Amino acid sequence: MSAATLADHAVAGPRAAETVVRLREVVKTYGDVQALRGVSLDVTAGELVAVVGPSGSGKSTMLNTVGTLDRPTSGTVTIAGHDVGSMRDDDLSRLRAEHIGFVFQHFHLQAGATAAENVADGLLYAGVPRRARMERAVDALGRVGLEHRVGHRPPQLSGGEKQRVAIARAIVGDPTILLADEPTGALDTASGRKILGLLRELNDAGTTVLVITHDLALAASLPRQVRMRDGAVEDDSSTSDAGALADAIVGAGR
Amino acid sequence: MSAHTARAQRPRTVGAGDLLRLGVFGLRTRPGRVVLSALGIAIGIAAMIAVVGISSSSKAALDQVLDALGTNVLTVTKAQGFGDVPPLPSTAVESALRQSDVQDAAGVGEAEDGRVYRNPFVPAAETKGIGVMTVWGDVPTVLGGSLAAGRWVDPSPDAPAQAVLGAVAAKNLGIDELRPDTRVWIGGQWVQVVGVLAPLQLAEDLDNQVFVPQALATTLGFDGHPTAVYTRVDPERVADARDVLANAISPDHPQDVGVTRPSDALAAKNATDDSFTGLLVGIGGVALLVGGIGVANTMVITVLERRAEVGVRRALGARRRNIRDQFLVESLLLSFLGGVAGVVIGLGVTIAFALAQGWPVAIPLWAVGGGLAATVVIGGVSGLYPAARAARIPPTSALAAV
Repeated sequence: MSAATLADHAVAGPRAAETVVRLREVVKTYGDVQALRGVSLDVTAGELVAVVGPSGSGKSTMLNTVGTLDRPTSGTVTIAGHDVGSMRDDDLSRLRAEHIGFVFQHFHLQAGATAAENVADGLLYAGVPRRARMERAVDALGRVGLEHRVGHRPPQLSGGEKQRVAIARAIVGDPTILLADEPTGALDTASGRKILGLLRELNDAGTTVLVITHDLALAASLPRQVRMRDGAVEDDSSTSDAGALADAIVGAGR
Repeated sequence: MSAHTARAQRPRTVGAGDLLRLGVFGLRTRPGRVVLSALGIAIGIAAMIAVVGISSSSKAALDQVLDALGTNVLTVTKAQGFGDVPPLPSTAVESALRQSDVQDAAGVGEAEDGRVYRNPFVPAAETKGIGVMTVWGDVPTVLGGSLAAGRWVDPSPDAPAQAVLGAVAAKNLGIDELRPDTRVWIGGQWVQVVGVLAPLQLAEDLDNQVFVPQALATTLGFDGHPTAVYTRVDPERVADARDVLANAISPDHPQDVGVTRPSDALAAKNATDDSFTGLLVGIGGVALLVGGIGVANTMVITVLERRAEVGVRRALGARRRNIRDQFLVESLLLSFLGGVAGVVIGLGVTIAFALAQGWPVAIPLWAVGGGLAATVVIGGVSGLYPAARAARIPPTSALAAV
């Protein structure tokens, strides 16, 4: 199963130019506060992108928006070809179930459930039968190097292992894009480095990854960095799309 | 609950089995809270089951008694009322026996001056309420009673002095076993005790009496008139037999004769318990209501605590209704668990009580089923608001929560 999945992603090469995330002039306001001031961003399939910026720069708001957890106040958000603005809540849920994998800073695992059960929850809302969920969960745990921890519960695991379980949960449904919010923020340096290595491996195998971090050194090691400040994209170091970059600058200067 | 189908090829339902698993998991990880909040429901259900169970066990016991005693006994006395009602004629028992509807009849007549003592040295005032009566026929047989020991009084009018003690009278006299030399002191002479009765459930007023032959009773103020005539009539013709008896015993003044059915009195005594049962069921209902509020409270707190979990599930693709169903099922399970515990406790109390009383155990299935159904309704109602709140938790909570 694992090999087959990886092969699927490998042969997805010709479609690598497909844009999986497309933000245009996205504005998000909370009351008087403008969290996003016109962000435009394109992520194509197979990319590994770091989003960096200080606290309050709008990183998390952008992640919520890309993850369809929150709707923009204005602007358009297109995820895996779906225009988020026109979708009902149920359809957004389905979009998340099928296309988006989340990794959180604090793991958010069920303490009473085994690693495999936690990972299987990643397929619960995609309508996969229980037996198939468990099989794929064990398989996903293998992909993050935790085949020996299948029956362990989170309290029996180290921080790094917990984050691996969380990553397995995020990728068990083979999402179009993996969103990671400060995935190394709650880990020591060594564990954090291993998690980053795992994200690279997954990316090499074909998964599109968007990592939010305030760790500049970590970000610098990734192929593309999006720097945010005051709710706008300040710099997109490897953006080949000049238009998007210009949009970002306009948005920042407004 | 899981009947909705997605528009796409892949059905996106969270099946009943998965919902149940989620619910059990949610409860399993918080056992202390589950026990405490299920306790309220358990007490309510246990109270109702026990009340209904004990009441129907007591009814079953009464039915057993009535089955054994029969409901075709009619008691004839002089009519209760104002004015001077004449006593029953001295021929009342024979008159009753002549009727075709009457299968058997016996009578008792009070000897007003009769006093019974354990021995001559007991002060005269210590009568302990024991009365003396004479008899026609075999009173215990007609009344479905029996002798605890010995034999019944010789009913022939000139039989030698002898006594049979009612169950309470024997106890009051301190006679707990019948020996060949057991005697009591009646009207200044020793009288041989030939039998002791078991309690007579259809005529409890006879339990504190001592029965003697008519010859002895006459010396103790017996006036020849029966106080009460007990008849066992054709079970199919009990209603008709009432009129027949009154006319047969006092053809000229049937209105002076009162006919009662003692089994009715037993049933009526049980019926008065019913209002008390209603009160207890009401109290059980209040306990249930409070228990339901407890469940709602627990669920509200659970939802507050689990904002992050809801956020994660929403991020994993859960729809609002999936979240709502999850917490609703948890609430239903919590309440149902309390209900099951309550049924077990209620059954235990009923069985213990019934066995202690020597009653048959009778617990109506509708009470158990109704109790469990009530807990499901309570769980559902209690869970509605918390579940709706959980469904409204924004998906961004997973990232906001630390």
